[in-house]
Amino acid sequence: MTPIEPSLRSSGTSMFNVEQIRSDFPILKLKIDDKQLVYLDNAASSQMPTVVMDRMLRYQTMEHANINRAVHYLSETATAEYEKSRHKLKNFINANEDREVIFTSGTTDAINLVAHGYGRKFISSGDEIILTVLEHHSNIVPWQMLAEENGVKIRVVPINDAGELLIDEYKKLFNKNTKLVGVTHVSNAIGTINPIKEMIEFAHTHGVPVLVDGAQAAPHMKIDVQELDCDFYTFSAHKLCGPTGIGILYGKANQLNRMNPFKGGGDMITSVTFEKTIYNTIPHKFEAGTPPIAAAIGFGAAIDYLSSIDLSTIEAYEQSLINYATEQINNIPGIRIIGSAAEKVAVLSFSVDGVHPHDIGTLLNQEGIAVRTGHHCAQPVMQRFKVPATTRASFSFYNSMAEIDALIAGIQKVQKVFL
Amino acid sequence: MITKSLYQEVILDHNRNPRNYGSLDNANRSAEGHNPLCGDHLNIKINLSENLIIDSITFQGESCAICKASASMMTANVKGKTQADAETMIKEFRDMTVGKLEPDDDHHLGRLTVFVGVRDLPTRVKCAILPWHTLQAALNSVTTISTEADDDPMHVSIGNAS
Repeated sequence: MTPIEPSLRSSGTSMFNVEQIRSDFPILKLKIDDKQLVYLDNAASSQMPTVVMDRMLRYQTMEHANINRAVHYLSETATAEYEKSRHKLKNFINANEDREVIFTSGTTDAINLVAHGYGRKFISSGDEIILTVLEHHSNIVPWQMLAEENGVKIRVVPINDAGELLIDEYKKLFNKNTKLVGVTHVSNAIGTINPIKEMIEFAHTHGVPVLVDGAQAAPHMKIDVQELDCDFYTFSAHKLCGPTGIGILYGKANQLNRMNPFKGGGDMITSVTFEKTIYNTIPHKFEAGTPPIAAAIGFGAAIDYLSSIDLSTIEAYEQSLINYATEQINNIPGIRIIGSAAEKVAVLSFSVDGVHPHDIGTLLNQEGIAVRTGHHCAQPVMQRFKVPATTRASFSFYNSMAEIDALIAGIQKVQKVFL
Repeated sequence: MITKSLYQEVILDHNRNPRNYGSLDNANRSAEGHNPLCGDHLNIKINLSENLIIDSITFQGESCAICKASASMMTANVKGKTQADAETMIKEFRDMTVGKLEPDDDHHLGRLTVFVGVRDLPTRVKCAILPWHTLQAALNSVTTISTEADDDPMHVSIGNAS
């Protein structure tokens, strides 16, 4: 594949060297049969640079023991490195304090933590929660489980045909019973960036806290939780060049302090007798049991790596990718892009006339191109656009313009097969 | 790579011009098949005679090319056969797609062996067999089936599909 200088192909933003970035990710050299891998499923999970793998290997080779327990060297080293990662995450999102960063197994786990620790304690029968049509199932189902349990009512913010939230409708959903807003920062299915700052501000005028699902936003833009003033923010490491099985829940300290713990066990207690147990302080109150320590440290290394490139550079480059991809795909007859929000990340969801997404996915795979096909765990979005499924190409800063050309050629090949 | 041969002309042709597509007025057996993982669904209607011969069969629904072509070729192949013969083919087709039956073995599948390639694509096995287990359900007067239901006799569980 001939690399093409991005600056020649886009709106002229000054770019980093994408070929140099690509050399940090060994998997990108992979061939699928005889075809060069073109990995465009980054919204599902991103790939990992060597520095992150090396960091986890070093941890397992030289630093591993259980954390927060023994007085020996390895345990103290592991604890210190684990806490260093927390500190890196705190800086990454500009939280006020380290203890506001809770390690979870991922975004899903974090939302369940809030539904359990906050929802069960402060939201009860007759109360209402506001969600949006753009939510991933992981920000719908935990709330439905709560609703089933205690009669909480879920109200849903609709979208327009471009896939943008109707903010006037959002504002109308508030009443004296509204107890929480749960909103995704970026739609995983169609890429819309939601105006969460405005939404948070409005919710707060009603005294309603806001949980932001940042799984699809954190990989693409700088997050400042203090500027956003969100009560909760969550994302997963594996979409940020880190390992699976780890993520964070950011919560304002005063909110986290008044919540119930989620899981009971070791580390989350100060003292236990069969008469009474005293819970530990945050963040430990929410981190029962031995966490995936290597993954947490790998997460920290991934944050270092991303910070070395700088999120604003990543954002600008990815915008040039989505602009180019959108322009190219619009040139192909018989293609419909699902989601044309004015503000969107580098996610391209589309349908091809007369061809089912599964067939597109299988045929693109024959060209070495990895895309996601299906409902993207966001069935309400699919229902809104009256499609059973879409094909989704989602880009990362390590994708090249040449890979977009490969995608376009692949789609044209699919159309030829089904002519 | 076997998938290269999956989208063969015969499959593309049945996808473009599906046989026995539509509804059946005098049906005495029918079933609705659904794959909740991708939203695909199809309806099969049969007219089964008193001596258990499939006199007529139709299908309708929304699905990918693999599923539609499989349904089209299935209806063409089981039409005029006895229920018992159709059930033998259902079993053979399923066995072929999960690697328990080779195209060279003794079987009654004829050109349906063109679907053998799906065994290398575990996520697509369900596309190919959805029409078959919907047929199984219709023959046994079960009105709805789902590829994800535990009690589905054709359920392909994890680790079983490769």
